[in-house]
Amino acid sequence: MGSVIEAKNLDLTFQTNDGPVHALKDVNLAIDKGEFVSFIGPSGCGKTTFLRCVAALETPTGGTLTVNGMTPDEARRNRAYGYVFQAAGLYPWRTIAKNIKLPLEIMGYSAQEQEERVKNVLELVDLAGFGEKFPWQLSGGMQQRASIARALAFDADILLMDEPFGALDEIVRDHLNEQLLALWARTGKTIGFVTHSIPEAVYLSTKIVVMSPRPGRITDVIDSPLPKERPLDIRDTPEFIEVAHRVREGLRAGHEDDV
Amino acid sequence: MKQLVAVLTVLLAIVVIWYAACIPMNIKGVLTEQERAGAEVVPPSAKDRRDMGEIGLALRNSFAIPATWAQDRPRLPAPHQVAIELWETTVQKKITSKRSLVYHGWVTLSATILGFAIGTGLGILLAVGIVHSRVMDLSVMPWAIVSQTIPIIALAPMIIVVLYSIGIQGIIPKAVISAYLSFFPVVVGMVKGLRSPDAMQLDLLRTYNASNSQVFWKLRLPASMPYLFASLKIGIAASLVGAIVGELPTGAVAGLGARLLAGSYYGQTVQIWSALFAAAILAACLVGLLGLIERAVLKRMGMAQR
Repeated sequence: MGSVIEAKNLDLTFQTNDGPVHALKDVNLAIDKGEFVSFIGPSGCGKTTFLRCVAALETPTGGTLTVNGMTPDEARRNRAYGYVFQAAGLYPWRTIAKNIKLPLEIMGYSAQEQEERVKNVLELVDLAGFGEKFPWQLSGGMQQRASIARALAFDADILLMDEPFGALDEIVRDHLNEQLLALWARTGKTIGFVTHSIPEAVYLSTKIVVMSPRPGRITDVIDSPLPKERPLDIRDTPEFIEVAHRVREGLRAGHEDDV
Repeated sequence: MKQLVAVLTVLLAIVVIWYAACIPMNIKGVLTEQERAGAEVVPPSAKDRRDMGEIGLALRNSFAIPATWAQDRPRLPAPHQVAIELWETTVQKKITSKRSLVYHGWVTLSATILGFAIGTGLGILLAVGIVHSRVMDLSVMPWAIVSQTIPIIALAPMIIVVLYSIGIQGIIPKAVISAYLSFFPVVVGMVKGLRSPDAMQLDLLRTYNASNSQVFWKLRLPASMPYLFASLKIGIAASLVGAIVGELPTGAVAGLGARLLAGSYYGQTVQIWSALFAAAILAACLVGLLGLIERAVLKRMGMAQR
């Protein structure tokens, strides 16, 4: 089976006032259907930039990148993915249900279909009954769940998440991680997930991509040996700790030339 | 309650200062009237009084002080004189009367509203253009700013003359001047409002492959509403000023501006002050009305709680 996302020798250089910045250098990666792939690394390692390239929000300056066998921009126009940003970014003038309808309105779903889909995804993210609330009436974690629901509302096979839980506290984060895994199991989507947190990456992923900065590049790709069923206390098992250790090593290796 | 006390204290201070100011402002005129009426005035000669300080005169002729608040044509009318004039020319006059401030107020208000509508429409259109087109941003915005550096009092007669020469008169020239003053705050506010969605919001819509018009109607326009209302409040007050200024250079026979002008021609200070107050009250009502509409709209949009 072909890869859903495939990058070959991907390069991206930003021209800034302080000269060129090499955001991505020689990135090679293949993501298969149904994988949960985390991108981890320090600031400036290009993990968000890579995700934005996949979403056609940035244009690579070299190499090839395909999404569902298309160019990223074609994939964007085919609405191949849902994107979840670090902030929930819900419209304050729309209720939660109306916020989730936003992509559906833009994509021209019928009113009845919109209603059904909103109902389904609200249940999926455990927000049933909150549809008529305005965003400010919800906690930060609930808002982020609503934004995930918004990305799930249309039939994109790929879910791209850019540090979606970065602004939330540890306890809420654990809870949302658990829910996200359940959601992934139920929907079978391919997920690209950017994070700063080693435990989060190891807990969630089937594949962990470790990146390092200046220039942004991949230093290690780890296929997780953990089972698909993951209760929260899996984080205390030796396997988990071993994977976390390898991620940490990878991060350190990427930093050696810095010191 | 505390707020009410504060408000009343300020109001009281203004009234006291006003009454006090009437004494030196009006004392010379009062003494001349009193002298003609046969009262004993110190010093008796108008020539001597001319060079004396007003406060000194008032102290030496304290009997005349009450009269400074009751002249027919005072330099500075007392608050109650203005209030009585306002009452008589609004409530007690038929609104069809040429002396009714309601009639004159309506003449000015209609030009204000027409001008405000034109100015707001123009302002929003310009802002939409500026936000969507770099060329318009670079070419229109500087002119909009320059337009506001010209004193309207200098420009108003020219606008009226030019429009008259192509056969346009009546309410339109006044509305044009009032639109000229009110479009600017709307442009500035709406440009800021339409640009208020951050990069993330725009990226999100890009991932949905939304069209420019969808971005405008679903994101930019709703996001700009709080900015729009702030601008409208400034704009409507500016519109009223524009309509009044538009009445001044034409020798208009109706409108609050015409009342101001006629009052100054005939030394009717009470009439001038009551026209000024009528304008101020009108402006306050218009801004207050916009405030109510703003609250209702934002509440309906779910944005009032922020």
